[in-house]
Amino acid sequence: MATPLNLKELSKKEELFTPGHRLCAGCGAPIVAKMVVMAAEHPLVMTNATGCLEVSTCISENTAWKMPWIHSAFENAGATIGGIEAMYRSLKKQGKIKEDIKFIAWGGDGGTYDIGLQALSGVMERGQDVLYVCYDNGAYMNTGIQRSSATPLGADTTTCPAGSVVQGKPQGRKDLAKIIAAHQGTYVAQASPSNWQDLMKKVRKALDHKGPSFMNIIAPCNRGWRTQLNDAILMSRLAVDTCYWPLFEIQDNITTITYKPKEKKPLVDFLKPQGRFKHLFAPGNEAILKQAQDDVDAYWERLLKEEACFAK
Amino acid sequence: MSKREVRLMQGNEACAEAALYAGVKFFAGYPITPATEIMEILSRKLPQVGGVFLQMEDEISSMAAVIGASIGGLKSLTATSGPGFTLKQENIGYAAMVEIPCVIVDVQRGGPSTGLPTLPAQMDVMQARWGTHGDHPIVVLCPSTVYEYYTLTVQAVNFAEMLRTPVIVLSDAIVGHLREKVVLPELGELKIVNRKMTTVAPKDFLPYKADEDGVPPFVNYGTGYRYHITSNNHDEGGFPATNNHQIADSLLRRLHDKVEKRRSEIVITEEIMTEDADVIIFAYGCTARSAYSAVEEARKKGMKVGLIKALTLWPFPFEVLLKYSKQAKHVIVPEMNLGQLAGEVERTLKDCPVKVTRLNRIDGRMITPEQIVSTISEVI
Repeated sequence: MATPLNLKELSKKEELFTPGHRLCAGCGAPIVAKMVVMAAEHPLVMTNATGCLEVSTCISENTAWKMPWIHSAFENAGATIGGIEAMYRSLKKQGKIKEDIKFIAWGGDGGTYDIGLQALSGVMERGQDVLYVCYDNGAYMNTGIQRSSATPLGADTTTCPAGSVVQGKPQGRKDLAKIIAAHQGTYVAQASPSNWQDLMKKVRKALDHKGPSFMNIIAPCNRGWRTQLNDAILMSRLAVDTCYWPLFEIQDNITTITYKPKEKKPLVDFLKPQGRFKHLFAPGNEAILKQAQDDVDAYWERLLKEEACFAK
Repeated sequence: MSKREVRLMQGNEACAEAALYAGVKFFAGYPITPATEIMEILSRKLPQVGGVFLQMEDEISSMAAVIGASIGGLKSLTATSGPGFTLKQENIGYAAMVEIPCVIVDVQRGGPSTGLPTLPAQMDVMQARWGTHGDHPIVVLCPSTVYEYYTLTVQAVNFAEMLRTPVIVLSDAIVGHLREKVVLPELGELKIVNRKMTTVAPKDFLPYKADEDGVPPFVNYGTGYRYHITSNNHDEGGFPATNNHQIADSLLRRLHDKVEKRRSEIVITEEIMTEDADVIIFAYGCTARSAYSAVEEARKKGMKVGLIKALTLWPFPFEVLLKYSKQAKHVIVPEMNLGQLAGEVERTLKDCPVKVTRLNRIDGRMITPEQIVSTISEVI
């Protein structure tokens, strides 16, 4: 019987992702990590691509993970977890392992959207029984805030700096969830720590799914987003309520939206508190703001249509 | 009329500025500590001089884009560190084989693998030489000061253009992040080399027909010349010749010969207080800084010690060592690795009455002048 997803019961559960790690104050990533680990009811084995979460949760002889945890190279958390899962299947078949073990790979957006996409695609296509979690903070934060293909339109980073000619990143964000959903037999979900029950339900669904799963979870970064230290959850909620970060899942090519904001807030509510978008509010950049809003609207409308299309 | 500018500069900043001085108009890269500053600076500055900056999805594609841009006619450069350098190796071999000029800056950190991301090392000396497969020519330059980082980056671009081959600037986390006073060269002060372009008509053009110096003249794509590129063994026309033993042999020998022919230009070393030296420190990169202090210290104590600083690591500068093979009794090779270049020193001096002593450190900290002085005292 799985632990009910309420705070009273969950607070009794042993924490397997523990405090004492060295992630920045106010970072969204450890909140996400804690929720994912807490949702699981099976023994876990983790791989972690190079990134903030990796470098800060395992320092010298200290680890925040109470489980087997393997730091892979930057580009191959997907392949590494694939190797481990294949070994497990073989040992299980031989009767050498009795337990049901679940396998989770972690990567930031740089290690997932960019350099790790090939290995991620491989493990998904082979139909291996793993969950890959991307904690998406929208840039290479570990090396000092360089743009990634998850960086949103107009954001200022050290390699797409806002100046007098170029106004931050000229391109939008890659739609990774849809790319992974295009792999047969996958369970794909987008989640946010602001909607923690939704997030944890999706983790359980992903781990119960017989085959490859992928979760993309927004993880605000106050250093890169230039926001207040205490508003990671608020920012992730604004991302959801503006439909910048819709909560949905795709299984067998069927899209289900798992949360619809009662009132869809304007995108500027999400952009304005973030220093990385400050220049967009200067006179002359109205078109970029409009473009960003239009992109969000179009994506949301499309999701609604996709969902309606498959409604029973 | 330009003037010499005096700046307090970080090593990686000097590298980026030097790339612009040398005429680099294209950079493609991927974030990696301790090299990221180079790309951050060029992401701002390249567009200001009409150049192109691309952040790529990984290290492999960064190297491929640099080759593509260079084929298109732009002087091209990328920067990385150990793990990224490893991922670039296939394309570095490609560039050597198809003779596309390009510069790769490797700001070394401790390895292997992710290793010591923020700490210095000199562990990529052999990777720089032999990281990609097959017998290939390579030029590797190694700065020990911020100013040298500047001048050697200019030289690297020059050599790449002159030889049509990849050239590596092998710096490290110390020199990359060091801030020093630098008197920047005026425009026109340092020589700038541009690639040799063909003078023949399109109908007579063979893209891999080399001149006397072993280097084939270039054409830019889209200028009416037939220019076929393949990384297979190829004939002068640039088409695959994978079953022709004679062509296979002559192509590879020419690739090596074009570098060897310019050896005297490419091999850069400095000899410091070596005239009467019994003991010679052979050092490079950040370790040469400690070696210099050690030599000064040893001289104060009356020991006859000198320094050979290698600014070119590959082709290996054996000439300068042989010059002292009768005079010196000892050569000490301090390196932040387990003896990657010491092996070459030993090979060079194997028939000489000189004792070679290794001094290695691999814990992410610099070899100190005291360590070198103490090794000097031990060998004397």
